[in-house]
Amino acid sequence: MTIKLRAEIFDPWRELADFQTQAVDIAGKYGATGIFVGTMRDFNQGDEVRGMYLEHYPGMTEKQLQHIVDQAQSQWSLLDVLLIHRIGQVSPNDTLVLVAVWSAHRGDAFDASRFIMENLKSQAPFWKRETLESGQIRWVEKNSDGYLQQP
Amino acid sequence: MSIKVLYFASLKDRVGRSCDELTIEAPLTVLEVWQRVNPNMDMPDTILAAINMEYVSLEAEVSDGDDVAFFPPVTGG
Repeated sequence: MTIKLRAEIFDPWRELADFQTQAVDIAGKYGATGIFVGTMRDFNQGDEVRGMYLEHYPGMTEKQLQHIVDQAQSQWSLLDVLLIHRIGQVSPNDTLVLVAVWSAHRGDAFDASRFIMENLKSQAPFWKRETLESGQIRWVEKNSDGYLQQP
Repeated sequence: MSIKVLYFASLKDRVGRSCDELTIEAPLTVLEVWQRVNPNMDMPDTILAAINMEYVSLEAEVSDGDDVAFFPPVTGG
């Protein structure tokens, strides 16, 4: 299991490829990889967004992410987990978060990656401060439910 | 007893500082800590609290040397 906070831009697909190349112990054992990549939009709540600062609580953020991944590992049969989250100044189209889960069967990979992501959204101490195109700066005070339109 | 109080994100802006040091004579709950360091400001309804980086309720008791953190709902991911 690997959990990282990154202050610099990162390429999620390269991170995945590198991680999987090095994970020789699980080669041949996994039949499913569940991947979620979160990317910064250039719009939010009807406004154009120019940039964003991701504040976190050093120490607590890592601790809470660890709890979430531990919970996922105790609930589902996972072979490995990679979680990377950006901190600091980010721009539209930057990757904000990568969650990848390897398991023998797809149900574990689908469910655990969703569980990690949803719990990260509600429990990991990160806060977004947006700079709009207008120059206005505002804190994002709550997360959306994750859907443009409820299915 | 000495404790440290931390604020994050929009709450840090609202209280106008990122931390307080507090000396107390008897144990306090998290809510009482807030009331001691912010006597003129009611705690906003949505505020979350942590002691030593673990989420706690506002009724949790604070001990000597603890770090108490207050912050708004989290918005990562």
